[in-house]
Amino acid sequence: MESYINLTESSLGAEKMDNIFSAKKRGYFGEFGGRFVPETLIPALEELEEVYTNLSTDPDFKAELDQLLKEYSGRPTPLYFADQLTSYLDGARVYLKREDLNHTGAHKINNTLGQILLAVKMGKKRIIAETGAGQHGVATATAAAKFGLKCCVYMGAKDIERQALNVFKMKLLGAEVIPVYSGSQTLKDATNEAIRDWVTNVEDTHYIIGSVVGPHPYPTIVRDFQRIIGDEMKVQIREKEGRLPDYVIACVGGGSNAMGIFYPLLEDKEVKLIGVEAAGRGINMGKHAATLTQGKIGTLHGSKSYLLQDEDGQILEAHSISAGLDYPGVGPEHSYLHEIKRVDYQSVTDEEAVAAFELLTKIEGIIPALESSHALAYALKLVPELSKEEVVVINLSGRGDKDVNSVLKYKGDESIEQG
Amino acid sequence: MNRVEQVFSDRKALIPYITAGDPDLKTTEELLLTLDKSGADIIEVGVPYSDPLADGPVIQAAGQRALKSGTTLAGIMEMLLRLKGHLKSPLLLMGYYNCILQYGKERFIEDAIKVGLSGVILPDLPFDQDEDFYQRLKCKGLVGILMTTPVTSECRLKEIAKRSSGFLYCVSLLGVTGDRKGPLQEIKSYLERVRQYANIPLALGFGIDGPDKVREVREFVDGVIIGSALIKIIARYNDNPEQMLTEVASFIKSLKAAL
Repeated sequence: MESYINLTESSLGAEKMDNIFSAKKRGYFGEFGGRFVPETLIPALEELEEVYTNLSTDPDFKAELDQLLKEYSGRPTPLYFADQLTSYLDGARVYLKREDLNHTGAHKINNTLGQILLAVKMGKKRIIAETGAGQHGVATATAAAKFGLKCCVYMGAKDIERQALNVFKMKLLGAEVIPVYSGSQTLKDATNEAIRDWVTNVEDTHYIIGSVVGPHPYPTIVRDFQRIIGDEMKVQIREKEGRLPDYVIACVGGGSNAMGIFYPLLEDKEVKLIGVEAAGRGINMGKHAATLTQGKIGTLHGSKSYLLQDEDGQILEAHSISAGLDYPGVGPEHSYLHEIKRVDYQSVTDEEAVAAFELLTKIEGIIPALESSHALAYALKLVPELSKEEVVVINLSGRGDKDVNSVLKYKGDESIEQG
Repeated sequence: MNRVEQVFSDRKALIPYITAGDPDLKTTEELLLTLDKSGADIIEVGVPYSDPLADGPVIQAAGQRALKSGTTLAGIMEMLLRLKGHLKSPLLLMGYYNCILQYGKERFIEDAIKVGLSGVILPDLPFDQDEDFYQRLKCKGLVGILMTTPVTSECRLKEIAKRSSGFLYCVSLLGVTGDRKGPLQEIKSYLERVRQYANIPLALGFGIDGPDKVREVREFVDGVIIGSALIKIIARYNDNPEQMLTEVASFIKSLKAAL
């Protein structure tokens, strides 16, 4: 793979185009990405692209964002050597990139702080967002509160039920939480509704999309705001180990935390990158969210990517115990990385994720988000197979306080089923 | 000149939209015949989709009902084949790009010709996202109708106007289908601006819910598109198909009279 980063960065400007990214193919990662949206949104996407292209190289913008990330969110987040987990697994040395220690408890704030600054620069007065687990909703409501902007968060009615605590937090932060009853009443439908709102209020509203999904330029913008995870990690692991890790593992729903930690490593070919999707109750059961391993190429929410869909192109309901992974699509750049085999995509079940959730809590005293528990669960299988000289970094994308109820309920259901 | 454009040569066109399969394909067949007889000039046949981004609650619900009754694009094609030769109005298929992608673009074009469709409207496929597909439609004599909106830039409008065939679909407002606020206040200047670039007929859609709104806009447009308001009637008489057809016929006649 020739200079991956140069290729994808050219997806923003029309000048430095490589063959793969002809002017016509602006906003694509290979054949994935694009702008499959109603015409009403094109001007807003063009404006966003232009503003972002200018600001992304503006030192003042960078300084302002860096300061927010440092003093407001608490970055850099630590790269923690998980000594207990390492001895327990008795294989490679395991590090956790502690995104759970960010303000609001997950990596989502990296993106919302960046995008709220863009919204302010564009003079937008109102912010909308979609949310699944509620982490992105809380991170958006937080950023909007800090900058005094009106904020509406769309959330599937089912997710509202699963994530009552985050709903209350968003309301405390001054956001309006709008329940979405259409379709599967989860993240996919909340995203549809947010896009419909944006079509209607596009003149004064900025849509802060929460993952590396959506129409161009969102997948690029969100990735750029999340790449700080990987940039920091590279410096930290060199300090601790004197080299880059052998493996980096991250969970993938839409895929923003994974894109964030993978992106700065794409050209470091010696580092194996593993994205872990949700296999839900099991791939064979048909109740899962394993988009890249089980899906087919199509368009959803404005971009072309792998999707869970039936043969007529109707989007299927995803299933995962983790609301943040419960999404039938995936960021287009992940589809590309899958296609060119730079990242290996695997999946783990609800059961494996819950076991990993319990294990980390018990032996490290860290309650991981159920999303991040998927990355951990894969590590539990991989690490014992590796030698003691090898180094594995797991992206601990969020903390699990929000998931304690889901786990309790899952354990309850399990004991009923077993009883 | 294709059949769609021909319609506009001697009249303003009334363009109703219904979702195929709402409540089932048999009823859709009856509805198409009724629309055709009652004054429709061109008919849009909607393909139900699980995630219709451009549609408001009324058409979303119609899509859900249609999917529940097992409607597929292949089933719609079969129904249209049965109707071939029985309708005077040209038919346009309106749907979302993913349904066409999964059906297969080549197969779609072949079948569209076979069943007598005149063209397509894909609200989530801007002209620059699959130029090859729009080009292939044109080569096969099918129209690819593009949309323009009140916020579309002049430079983009030029491209859209140049590429749209049949007519240019002018979205009347910022919003989704069935929006109650109706066409913009500045509808006249909006359409005058569009006309500077487009020398094909202009049809206005989104938020036009009855004869009153048709009368408000008629002097500026070459056609009007009515979707949600019609679907509300279909939904209301879901359990009484005979009455449904009667009510639909009289609604269409009232729109035609206002145009």
